[in-house]
Amino acid sequence: MPWNPSEDTIVVGRGPQPGGAGGAYRAFGETLRGLKTTFARAVEGTYTIQYPEEKTPVYPRFRGRHRLHRFEDTGLEKCVGCSLCAAACPADCIRVVAAENTPEHRVSAGERYAAVYEINMSRCIFCGYCEIACPFDAITMGNDYELSDYERSDLIFTKEMLLAEPFERAPLRAEGE
Amino acid sequence: MSLPLAEVGYWEPWWIQVLKGIVIFVVGLSLVPVILMAERKILGRMQHRFGPNRVGPYGYAQPVADILKLLGKETFRPRTSVGWLFRLAPIISIMTAVAAFAIIPFGDTVDIFGTKVGLYGVDVSIGPLYLFAFGAVAFYGIMLGGWASGSKYSFLGSMRAAAQLISYEVSQGLALIGVVMTAGTLSLTEIVDAQSGMWYFIPQIVGFIVFLTASFAETNRPPFDLVEADAELVGGYNTEYGGGGFASYYFSEYLNVLVVSGVVTTVFFGGWLLPFGIDPPTWVDPFVVLAKMSFFAFFFIWVRATLPRLRYDQLMSFGWKVLLPLATLNALITAIVVVAVD
Repeated sequence: MPWNPSEDTIVVGRGPQPGGAGGAYRAFGETLRGLKTTFARAVEGTYTIQYPEEKTPVYPRFRGRHRLHRFEDTGLEKCVGCSLCAAACPADCIRVVAAENTPEHRVSAGERYAAVYEINMSRCIFCGYCEIACPFDAITMGNDYELSDYERSDLIFTKEMLLAEPFERAPLRAEGE
Repeated sequence: MSLPLAEVGYWEPWWIQVLKGIVIFVVGLSLVPVILMAERKILGRMQHRFGPNRVGPYGYAQPVADILKLLGKETFRPRTSVGWLFRLAPIISIMTAVAAFAIIPFGDTVDIFGTKVGLYGVDVSIGPLYLFAFGAVAFYGIMLGGWASGSKYSFLGSMRAAAQLISYEVSQGLALIGVVMTAGTLSLTEIVDAQSGMWYFIPQIVGFIVFLTASFAETNRPPFDLVEADAELVGGYNTEYGGGGFASYYFSEYLNVLVVSGVVTTVFFGGWLLPFGIDPPTWVDPFVVLAKMSFFAFFFIWVRATLPRLRYDQLMSFGWKVLLPLATLNALITAIVVVAVD
């Protein structure tokens, strides 16, 4: 009984059956088509990013290494040691020990300042909650993602490290890139 | 009465023979790292990658680093292996590859400092037979290597090697018969000279395609690399080899690619001859041969990047049902035409 496909049946074209002249033509022709494909890919060039020399640009909102900020005019630290970041941190990686500002020893603009401010980067999950929790925008997430180190103890970033300008900045993506 | 086994086209003094032996060895073994590098670079490009580019300028010192690494490794063998065969097999492999390289003519006899020197290892009257003889011995290297390893994967690989050799060497030989009949000689230099009118790949196009296809099987290159078949056999015959033994196998594989490219160049693409009556000075001849050889070496790499490995039954049915009848028909028709033209 012949098979009569209905209107809405899509018949898949399968080419000639293997064997015979059609099969030989198909095998040879498909081989040539494959050769053409690989050669065209070779001509197209590479998509590799040569990582240590070239870096993938990140988006402006990329959450990388944290940074602490100072006021640009007075040079005082923005952080007042309120520990809200530590409270918000789901990975519990921030440790803040606050101390009183005195007129002789003024570190921050508020009443208190952070005497110890440490972020344990081996625990941080880069969620950005600290940035959201901070009432003075003292801590923000930077763009740097090259954070590996040889010792675990080196991954505990102190206040001085977080306040300093990072040496190497990850490239930012241009608008619309 | 003693008949000579083969006549040699041109005899040089013994010291030139020795020098030529050294030159062939040096040229052959220094071309291998080049093709190794070319393969990895070209395969990379065909997959949108760079290939190795860390060692040396643009990564071109990579094969040297690889070989040094392999030679620096511990020599070991499995407890189940047959010691002396296990050591002998890679030596057979590389020895036959170099020996086969000796008959590829890079040019006719030239005058070098007043001495006539042939730019080939030896010009025998049995050129293709010499080649097939060494091709057959080369498979002993693979067979013994796989068998003496005392490992199942290696054994499977060498069994496949045996079957593949028998299937494809027949077609390869028959494909060459057309050329031999047309040229009326077995000497490779005379075959090249006979192509001054027209390269043999035009009248012998079927023979050329069959020979080239069978060569892929002879050199264990993809799509006929069932002998190695990394995915199924963990490397086949060389599974148990490491260090120097593996390096020898690796070298001989690529040297075989060069030999086959050289033979295709010599037999079907007019050796050192150039088309359209261009007749450069004789010192250009080796470079013409090298250029043609590198095209075929590129073709081998190109096909490796394109075609997937055949299944074992496909390999067998392709060899016996397609290539062998084609080669036989080609030889038959060539014979009829040659007799009719005479």
